Amino acid sequence: MKTLADLKAIREKAQHEMKLRNSNVRIKVIVGMGTSGIAAGAKDVMKTFIDEVATRALIDVVVSQTGEKGLSSMEPVVDVIEEGKPRYCYGNINSEIAKRIVVEHIVNGNPVKEFLISTE
Amino acid sequence: MPTKRIDLLICCGSGCVSAGALRIKDRFIEELKKNEIYDEVNIIETGCMGPCDFGPVLMVYPEGIFYIKVTPEDAEEIVNEHFIKGRPVKRLMQQEKDKTHATKNEIPFYQKQVKVALENCGYLNPEKIEEYIALGGYEALANVLNNKPEDAIEIIKRSGLRGRGGAGFPSGMKWEFVNKAKGSPKYVVCNADEGDPGAFMDRSLLEGDPHRVLEGMMIAAYSVGASEGYFYIRAEYPLAITRIKLAIEQAKEYGLMGNNILGTDFSFDAFVRTGAGAFVCGEETALISSIMGQRGQPIQKPPYPANEGLWKKPTLVNNVETLGNIAPIFNKGPEWFSNMGTETSKGTKVFALTGDVKNTGLVEVPMGITVKDLIYEVGGGIVGDKKFKAVQLGGPSGGCLTNDHLDVKIDYESLKEKGAMMGSGGVIVMNDSNCMVNIAKFFLEFSVDESCGKCAPCRIGLKQMYEILDKITKGKGKPSDIDELVTLGNSIKQLSLCGLGQTAPNPVLSTIKYFREEYEEHINNQACPTKVCLDLMHYVINKDICIGCSLCARRCPTSCISGSRQDKFTIAQVDCVKCGNCMEVCPVKAITKESGMHPDMVKHLKKLEQELLEYQ
Repeated sequence: MKTLADLKAIREKAQHEMKLRNSNVRIKVIVGMGTSGIAAGAKDVMKTFIDEVATRALIDVVVSQTGEKGLSSMEPVVDVIEEGKPRYCYGNINSEIAKRIVVEHIVNGNPVKEFLISTE
Repeated sequence: MPTKRIDLLICCGSGCVSAGALRIKDRFIEELKKNEIYDEVNIIETGCMGPCDFGPVLMVYPEGIFYIKVTPEDAEEIVNEHFIKGRPVKRLMQQEKDKTHATKNEIPFYQKQVKVALENCGYLNPEKIEEYIALGGYEALANVLNNKPEDAIEIIKRSGLRGRGGAGFPSGMKWEFVNKAKGSPKYVVCNADEGDPGAFMDRSLLEGDPHRVLEGMMIAAYSVGASEGYFYIRAEYPLAITRIKLAIEQAKEYGLMGNNILGTDFSFDAFVRTGAGAFVCGEETALISSIMGQRGQPIQKPPYPANEGLWKKPTLVNNVETLGNIAPIFNKGPEWFSNMGTETSKGTKVFALTGDVKNTGLVEVPMGITVKDLIYEVGGGIVGDKKFKAVQLGGPSGGCLTNDHLDVKIDYESLKEKGAMMGSGGVIVMNDSNCMVNIAKFFLEFSVDESCGKCAPCRIGLKQMYEILDKITKGKGKPSDIDELVTLGNSIKQLSLCGLGQTAPNPVLSTIKYFREEYEEHINNQACPTKVCLDLMHYVINKDICIGCSLCARRCPTSCISGSRQDKFTIAQVDCVKCGNCMEVCPVKAITKESGMHPDMVKHLKKLEQELLEYQ
């Protein structure tokens, strides 16, 4: 390391690895991991989100989990929450759709309409 | 490396580790692997989070859930419920009356605290320099290196930072002395020889955020023109030693230490020296002797270490916490720092809160907080139904404050005025079952043990004081003893060579000042009002309550309890060793402690005296 710029580069990379502890998160992806969600494949969906967010180095996106939402027939259910925007709730998600949500909604800002259950 | 979705922070401060934090960690790894989510969770061992009384504690991000008193068996439930199903385990959160505190910020213990030195302690992984850099680490150093050393000294002067080791000497002035001193090379020494009973501030900072201290040391070194630094850490702190060594290694790997740091002319290298645990080595000249491989004894000042220190060269000696405050002062500005605290004492102070207080642990509060707020708001008040009696500030060098001083502000001057001192930050809270004579004796015994023996007032005087106190607690005190103690104490304070002797009489002098009647009770009535001094109390069995079960008699190690179901039981006072077994086992609580000597014992002692006289 020779300059202040080098230090800043290291800092940005390291911040990415610590983002879970940071409260300045732009988008939160919350996967419903209740019993029925897990039975319907929520674990795979969760894994896909984590991998996609990692490969695309989305520093300000956090993937988290929640319990049963009550919509068992539409599991796995995923919420995408962005500060100052409505809460988008998707249903019947699998790995393929998860990838689409990351690309279309999280990166480009266009919710994937055909799998939306509700917008609050 | 795949992104994780959960950061599991396990407090690995010394308190939590002894309470089993590492076993909990192993159990979590096991459970996570079983559920195939091991690669989704980051397990991070952090430094002390503070509330040691709640230990072992865990934090789970991104939610920031704070779990307390976790056992290895709880790992399964946390993984299944929280990590997989997203339902945080309420049972393990801090509960107060009908409220549950889910996150750290909701817990009252943290609400009056302001973290400066401990900002990252319990939040980052102390063994990863990357995390420290992510939180803005080493940026202060980079900025300082782009300016003149004098500018850095000016900033520290403006911040009003004073030495956190005890005496409270203005840090900026100290830096300036070393900067202006003639001689080369110059050295920086970090004093981590924390030895007061019940103090663990420096230890926790070194264990929890070693890079913060290292960065502070490097800024100090650049400011005074030093190119070598020494950490003097006692051998009792193996984890602190490991972590600071690792920090030095990592800083070197990243090119933050070594030659021409960040492309400037500044070169720096740091070394660790371990001390053998002598209290006197916290005194700067003794510490310097010890680093040089000599016997740890203080020498007369002046010359001060700023002019003639390590190997007779100009040396800056700063305490761990002082160095921990340096980086934030540069990052946030000296005005931000000087806005906290009182007129003469700026910033915050780390305290190790121990004793009969609910929330024991590591706390950082703004200077000027009242004793009451520290004990009742941060500390949560006194444990059980006991009453507050006194608080010892500054360990064996400090003094006590009482109920009358609850509104005293905690800063260097106010405490000194009341006969206590800031010290390095040990706070021992005592309830009304503590005997103050005994407490004074305890601290004095420590000082007698730790006196290096170089100067007579400390070596001989303290021992004399200890013997008088010992006699008082055994019922052999004379009315003139109190004045004798005061005279001796004051002379020792004036005549001793170093800080150890100059402050060691403080616990005795301050307890005499505030609890003189307790001393008088011991001397005049041969009674310990709090029933702590074994010679001046006794156990009695109340025959009206006793059911004659004989449990006490069976548990008595000296077989001095006798009786029957009809006659009930009595204690033969002369043979009683006051172990307290009988009181513990009594199912109906018929046995109580009474203050003073039992008449039988008084008679027995008189008889012995008489026999001795006849024999002579």
